[in-house]
Parts: sequence; C-alpha cells; structure tokens
Amino acid sequence: MKQMSDQLDLTVDGEGSTADGRNALLEIRNLRKRFGGIDAVDGIGFDIEPATITGLIGPNGAGKSTTFNLITGVYRPDGGTVRFAGEDVTGFRPNQLAKRGLVRTFQITRELNEMTVLENMLLAFKGQLGEQLYRSVLPVLRREVVEQEHELLASVWEILELFELDHLAHEEAGTLSGGQRKLLELSRALLTNPEMLLLDEPMAGVNPSLEQHLLERIHELHGEGYTFLLVEHDMNVIMEHCERVIVMHQGQILADGSPAEIQQNEAVIEAYLGGEV
Amino acid sequence: MVRDGLNDITSRISVEAIRHQVEALRYRASRWSLGEWFGVALVLLVVILAIDLVRRLVVGDIGPSTVGTFLWRGSVDGLLIALAAVGLSMTYSILRFANFSQGDLVTTGAFTGWAAAYVVAGIGVADFGTRFFLNPDRGTSARELDMHIFGAPLAIFTGLIVAAVMTILVALAIDKLVYKRMRNAGGIPLLIASVGVALALRYIIVFFYGERTRGVTRSSPVIEHELLFWTDAVDAHQLVVVVIGVLMVFSLHIVLQYTKLGKAMRAMADNKDLALVTGIPTERVVLVTWVLGAGLTGMGGYLIVLEQETLNFNTGWFLLLLIFAAVILGGIGSIYGAIVGALIIGMAINISLVWIPSDLTEVAAFMLMILILIFRPSGIFGGVETA
Amino acid sequence: MTADDGGRLSSLAKYVPGFLTASDDRPRWLDDLRLILLATAVVYLTFILLGLIGGLSINGITRELQAVTLLSASIALVVLALNLHWGYTGLFNIGIAGFMAVGAYTTAMVTASPDARIPGLGLSLWIGIPAGMIAAALVGFIVALPALRLRADYFAIVTLAAAEVIRRLYNSSSLDQFELFGIALGTGSGRGIRDFPNIRNTVSRHILYADPGGPSDPYPWGQLLFTIGEEFDLIAFVIERIVYTLFIIVLVILVFVLLTRTANSPFGRILKAIREDELATKSLGKNTNRVKIKAFMLGCAIMGLAGIVWQGSRGNVTPDLFMPIITFYIFIALIIGGSGSNAGGVVGAVLFAGLLFDGPPMVERAVNNLVDLPRTNTMNDALIGLANLDPEVFFGYVMVQMSSLRFMLFGIVLILLMIYRPDGVLGHRNEPAAAIDLRKQQAPDHEETNEVDETDE
Repeated sequence: MKQMSDQLDLTVDGEGSTADGRNALLEIRNLRKRFGGIDAVDGIGFDIEPATITGLIGPNGAGKSTTFNLITGVYRPDGGTVRFAGEDVTGFRPNQLAKRGLVRTFQITRELNEMTVLENMLLAFKGQLGEQLYRSVLPVLRREVVEQEHELLASVWEILELFELDHLAHEEAGTLSGGQRKLLELSRALLTNPEMLLLDEPMAGVNPSLEQHLLERIHELHGEGYTFLLVEHDMNVIMEHCERVIVMHQGQILADGSPAEIQQNEAVIEAYLGGEV
Repeated sequence: MVRDGLNDITSRISVEAIRHQVEALRYRASRWSLGEWFGVALVLLVVILAIDLVRRLVVGDIGPSTVGTFLWRGSVDGLLIALAAVGLSMTYSILRFANFSQGDLVTTGAFTGWAAAYVVAGIGVADFGTRFFLNPDRGTSARELDMHIFGAPLAIFTGLIVAAVMTILVALAIDKLVYKRMRNAGGIPLLIASVGVALALRYIIVFFYGERTRGVTRSSPVIEHELLFWTDAVDAHQLVVVVIGVLMVFSLHIVLQYTKLGKAMRAMADNKDLALVTGIPTERVVLVTWVLGAGLTGMGGYLIVLEQETLNFNTGWFLLLLIFAAVILGGIGSIYGAIVGALIIGMAINISLVWIPSDLTEVAAFMLMILILIFRPSGIFGGVETA
Repeated sequence: MTADDGGRLSSLAKYVPGFLTASDDRPRWLDDLRLILLATAVVYLTFILLGLIGGLSINGITRELQAVTLLSASIALVVLALNLHWGYTGLFNIGIAGFMAVGAYTTAMVTASPDARIPGLGLSLWIGIPAGMIAAALVGFIVALPALRLRADYFAIVTLAAAEVIRRLYNSSSLDQFELFGIALGTGSGRGIRDFPNIRNTVSRHILYADPGGPSDPYPWGQLLFTIGEEFDLIAFVIERIVYTLFIIVLVILVFVLLTRTANSPFGRILKAIREDELATKSLGKNTNRVKIKAFMLGCAIMGLAGIVWQGSRGNVTPDLFMPIITFYIFIALIIGGSGSNAGGVVGAVLFAGLLFDGPPMVERAVNNLVDLPRTNTMNDALIGLANLDPEVFFGYVMVQMSSLRFMLFGIVLILLMIYRPDGVLGHRNEPAAAIDLRKQQAPDHEETNEVDETDE
C-alpha cells in the first residue's frame, strides 16, 4: 500500500505542501484519529482553494466520514491540524466552526423532524436578536425580535422558492421525502451564510430529477463563490461535477487530482476493484 | 576501555530509554481526558483516606475492632446491595432501560418471603390470615414464633425460596403487562413506565399490608467462635446473609460462565455491537434476565429484612439509589461490575463513618455516583474488561 | 335516541375537537385558555357533585374547590418549569423536589428571625423570595453544567441523586445550626425551620388588609370580598385562602406568559432544535450548551419559586416536604397533558390535582355519606368478610385505604399513558417555535412554481 503510493506522483503525503502561493481556505495537515486500535484516519493532509468543488471519495471504511467529522468538530482529532481561513480551528466544536463559516450537512439527514420547514429554516440564521433570552421575553425588546422574525422570514421564502420547497413550508420536516430533506438541509445550511459547505453524500436517496435540481443549485452557488467539499458514492456525480477529486483508502490519501487523472490512476482502480484488504 | 565504552553506551541507552518513557508519559498525561484525570483524583483520594485510616489506627483514634466491624458490615451491606444490583444491571443491559421499579421488587421479595416464613412458622400457632398478612391484628408475634435462624430455620429458608419465586413471578407478570408492550419504545418511555410500575407495585403492597413498619424477626442470635478472628462475636443473621450472598454470586457466576443462555446473556450485556446486530433480545433471553435478576433481587429483599429485623413498604424504594450507585460504579451493563460496585458501596457507607456523620454516608455514596456518571460513565474500571 | 339527540351529539362531537385541536382562525392563547377552563370545569363539576353527595355545606364545598384550585395552580407552576426542561429542551430532570427544597429553605433561612431557635438573616420576603429563586437557579447551574452532555437516562439519575443529596443535607444534624462568615444560620435538620413568615397568610393579608398585623381594617376590595362572602356564609379564613389561591393563579399566568414567550422565540426555536437533534443544532452554529444552561437555570428558578409558595408557604419547612414523590406528581401531570405544550401542562396539572390527587378522598367522603360501610382496618378482615359473602366489609377496607390507593392509581395511569398515549390525553400538540405565528405565514407572491413532485422512497 505504502510502496504503491510512493510510486505515484499524484499522492499527497501527510505533510502536503501548501498550495503554490495561493491562500487555501481549508488546510488539513497530518490529521489522525484512532478507534479501538484501528487508524480510521492516518495522517492525511490536503488544501481546499476558495470557490472550488472538491470531491472526497473512497471505498467503504476508507475514512471519509471520519475525516468529515474531524474537520467539523464532531470528533476531536488525535493529531494534526485543521486551519480554516487562516485560523487554527483544530478541535473546535461544531458551533464554533459554523460561526466561522464552515458548515456541513449529514449523510443521514438531520433535519429537525418535529419542526416545520419554516422553523428549520428560521433556526439557521446567525446571531438572531431573539436568541438572547431576555430580548425574547421582555415586553419592549420583544418588538424588535418580532420585527426581525418578519425580515428573516422574507429571506426564508426567497430561498424556499429557489429550492422549490415553498409549497412544503408548513410541513413538519419529518414528513418530507429523502430528497426533499437533502434540499432542506442544503438550503438551511445556506442561511447560516457559510464560506464553505461540507456535504456528506448529498445525493444518497435522492431521485434523479431532484438530483439534477440539487446539482444545479450547487453549481449556481459555486458560481457565487461558495466553496464545496463533498463526500459522494455516486462516481458520475463526482467525475462530472467536481473540479478536483481526493481519493481515500484505509485512512490515507491514495490519490489527488482532476477527475480525468483519477480515472486513469491504477492505484485507485486497484483500491476499488481489488476489494477490501 | 572497551568495557568503559560499553558502560557509557548502556548508560546512555538507559538514560535515553528513561527519557523516552518520561516523554511518552508526559505526552499521555497531556492528552488525558477529564475522565482519566478524575480516575487519578479518585485513586489519590482513596490512597489519602487509607493512609489516614492507618494513621488513626496507629495513633489510637479508632480501634482495630471498629475497623473490623466496619469491614464486616460493609461486606454484609455490599452483598445485600449486590443481589439487587445484579438484577438492575441485567435489565439495564439486556432491556436497555433504567428500571426504577427495582427497589419495589426488593420490597416484593421481602413481603412475599416473610409472609411465607410466617405461614410456615406459625402452623398451629395462629390462623392463616394472621400469618399470611404478617400479623395485622397483633395476633401473634416474632417472639411467639421464635422467628430467628435457630428458632425457625425451616420457615426462614422456605421464605427465602418463596421470596425468589414470587419476585420472579411478579417481575414476569409486569414484563408481560407493561414492558413487553413497549419493547421498541426506547429508554426514556420505559424508564417512565417503570416509575409507574414502582408506584403501582408499592401501593399494591400497601393495600395488602398497610403502611406501618413491622418488626418481623427477633434480634439475631450471636455466634462466638475461634474462627471469627476479626471480632469477638458475630450476628448469626449477618452470617447467613454473607453465606447465602456469596453462594448466590457464585451460582450466578456458574450460570453465566457455563450455560448456553448465560453465555448469550453475557455476550448481549457486554458487547453492545452484538446486541445491536442481534437487535431486540429474544424473549428467551428476556425471560432468563427476569428469572435470574428478579430471583436474586427477591432474595436480597428477604435477607435485608432478616438483617435489619423490620419491614416497611418503602424498604426497597429507599435502597434504589444505592443500587443504582453500585451498578454505575461497576459500569452499567457489567454484571460482575455491579457486584464489585455493590461491595465497594457497602464498604464505603460503613468505612466512611470514620470521617463523616452517619446521616451523610449515603450522601457521600450518591455524590460518588454522580461524579462517576459525569466523569467516567463507563464505571470505575473504565474500558477494563470485567466480565 | 331521537333524531334531535343524534343531531346534538354530532354537533357536540364537532365542537369538542374544536376545543382539542388548534384551529387556524382563533388566537393560540384563546385556544389554550378554553382547554384549561374546560378541564377546570370538569374538575369543579365533579367536586360540586361529590361534595353535595358527601353532605358538605357551601362553606365546605367552597373550601374543597379552593383547595383543589390551589393544588392545581401550585402543581401547574412546577409543571410549566418542567415543560421548559423536558418538553422544550429534552432535559430529563427528575430532581424537581431538590430544586424546590433549595428555594423554600433559602427563603426560610433568609427571612427567619436571627433570635429564633434556628436563626436566620431576618430579612423581608421581598428579599427572601428572590433569594430562594436565585439559589435554586445556581444549584441548577452547578448540577447542569457538568451533566448537560450526559445521556437522558444518566441525566435523570444524576438529577434524582442530586435532589436526594440536597434533601439529606437539609436533614442532616451536622447542618442543624452552623456559622457562615460569622453569621449564625441553620437548617433545623429533621425538624426543619419554623420561625419565618407564613407566606400564605402574609400574602393574603397584605392583599386584604391595610394593617396586616390585625385583620380588622380591610381595604375596600377586601371589604367587597367579605361582603360577597357573607352572602354565601363564607368565613374570613376561606376568603383569605381564596385570595392566596388567586395570587398563585396570577403567578401561573405570569410564568405561563414568560415561558410561552420563551418557547415562541428564536431562543425557544433553539431549545426545540436541541430536543430534536443537538448535533444538527450545533452544526448550524448554535452554542447549545449555553442555551441549555440558561433554560435549565430559568426552570430551576421557577421550581424554587414553586417550592417557596407551595410546599414552603405554611410557615415551616421540613425535609419531608421534598421527598422524591413530589417530582413524580409533576411528571404524571405533565405526561397527562402532554409534554411540549404549556397549555397541556396546565390541563394535566388540573386533571392530576382534581381527579387523581384530591378526587379519591372526595369519592371516599361521598361514599361514606351514602352508605354506612364498616371501617375495616386490615386486608385480613376484609378478605374474611369477602369469604363470608359480605362485600361491605371489603369495600369498607377499600374506602379506608383510599388515600394510599390513589398512589396505585398514579402508577397505573402513568403506565397506561406510556403504553397507549405517550403524547398525553390531548394528543400530539406541536406548536411552531417563532415570535410570530408561523401557521399563518404565506409565501409573499403566489406565482405557480413548477412543484417538484417526487415519490422516491
């Protein structure tokens, strides 16, 4: 495994070089996580440039989800660093990261079941006045909170229309279909005003027409300058829509390059076809 | 010359090795979790208290016989709690909820067992109702029935068996009526339902036996023997508790280790992944859980009364938190952990009398439980395999 | 049954769901109020009926109605606080009795006279009551800070144990009397604290009389109440109790408004989101820990207040007033009404206090007045009677046991609710959490967008 990757010039080792002069938005260095004696993530490193769409792929158990969880603060890394927009954010909690503009969605959508689509969306805005308890309960101050709610609601309707979810606004999120939930999660994440979005299998369980819809939205947002990192099983999605693909295998980075390069890469083919070790 | 050189090298190697080890240790220490720090603090506290205990013994603050008594009572209390804690640990790990009615199963064992003991001991002395309802009209008395281990041994052992059997039957009935309908409901609804079960069970007992506290046994005879090296004399009833308690723990060990169902239970209790894969436990495992757990719990309740001589509808409910403390100390889900946890709790509430007044010993036990839940929810043995 | 009857029944059937479900055109609070009044009416009618059968005088029935209202309102106060913890935030707090104890004991210690057997600070209730609430909130902070990340069942055990630790500390003889920074204080151990103001009397007399010391010179409104009372032969004592009950009802309304505002706000939205999925909430940038602690402390302060004005209002506090069973009363009430809804919680409190707690003794009284049952004191005698084909003896025993049988009833009701109606008797009530009524919001323009219809999964 190690020797194999040594032969590949595509391989980025643990101490990956900083991208030539340009400022990376997300910099991962030598990230490690062990679970019960197994190196789930074994010293990986890569950079993500602003306004790019990068795909993270790999066979089952390659460590993609763990990597996501390490970057977004769900797990605390055993070693290595995560830098976001120049700041060392290693071991930060998810809420601290989200405040800085690093927002994720989940493989199994975590929409808030008993909350309506509108509630789900309203929740996402950062720094709402009414998040301060005293403002929400005190007579005069509450007026500002109510005003702000009306303003926020206007932007919610805009996004809901863009994502064609407006007809579901009053439904409880738990009653939505799988694809609608993915849309809800993505649109909700957008309302946090993120710099970068980490999407964990955004297409899983989404029917083809909705998948197209979702991908269009992602490209639109990419055009507006949002940065995407996505884990995805669907090779077509990755190869057609990502500018760059990172391949993980057994907790390490096996290959890193353009979709065309990855498709030619023997180690990658080996890893996918050669079966699990 | 050569030797000097070698010495030099070896010393350098060893120095280097030590330095490496120190570094490794420092590295590990810097990465200790809160739980690990808490573990170290707890060990330090225990060491300090042990040193203080020795100091007090040397200075003469307390006599060795006092410490001997504390240790003896600690093992009696510990074994009594252990019998109930095993049942709680089993339901926690197999059925996956905190059973708040465990204390009232203890009470169930106590009442059913002692009713049986009275029925047997009082044949020809009092009418059945008086015996069955544990002397409601003061028609007879523990004194008249000579209710102690030497006075009515047959009745007392019959009571022990009936306590186990009846508690098992009650537990199975409750399972069928309540928990079986909620197998998929999740931990919290089951916990709330178990609170309902606790209330219903406790006041069904009150309906039959009333709220008054009764003395049901005579005070324990005392045994003096050369073998009892730690004390001059020992309560016969406490000795019975210890003997039966040890016997039951040992039998449980045999069942868990050498029978097929026991092994399956252990696997399900200890290995969460396996439990997840297998999903909801089969009704057979559930049955065995209740039979073993409730049987021991019932015996525990019966023996508690033998030791403390009085019986009240709250007897078990007041023990519930101590039982929880034992289970949590030993690590939730570990049956052996529950036994060890119970012994530690038993010892702690007695030995702590050296430092704190008697009305705060249980407070200390509860505080310990809270701290363990917060810092080391896997129990004091942490990841160490206890089963 | 005549056709007319059938028509009336069906119109009733249409009417009752109108009460029970939120309707779009009625304001939410009016909906809630109707529900609460409906439950109260059920309890009142039952009590008046049972009181009449039980041979009570007007004074007696009024007294019973006042007592059940006071109990309902007191329980409602705590249920609302628990609903904030459990219903809105998902914090499974079963240490309620402990936080109530902290409130009541702190108020007692702050207001007790410095010269009393158990000395206090001798301050006024204006300081004592807020001090009790703040103390309860601080103890809540100490308990919650480390315990917030625990699983719900562990959190439950921690809070129950904490409440027992608190009760046993108040019960301990080592804290009977002590000195803190040179000030003599004490908890009075098992006997508790006696020499502090009886809040029930103090409050009602301050409201009724210009000179609360001597009940001779009532305010005009006091005089009005007494005049009305005389019409119904109500004694001054009953009027005073009614006034105190109204005071508690006002507190319930204030807390209801406070907590409904809390829930219907961006803050409440975070609470609801935490209950649903804490990680998802964190991933949206919300500092869930801070929000949880705030909500927990607010709830604890209200529990402390309830401890002061309910269990601690009779001029003495003892540890026995704060046994864990109190916590379970509150839980049963909230589960009856359905956790997650303030109105449901109040309805649950009324039904619990009226039908389960105070109801059985009323039934006992009514039955005893109707038939002359023998007072059988043991199950043995009862069963002997039954064997002799004399069921009266058995029923006599049931009546004697009524006050403890209701605890069995609590248990059975709790079990049945958890099996058949885990969302409470009102069913699932989900109120959108926002400062504006989201149910009425429509998209700004109604252009038909091509809807994404999909039928996957």
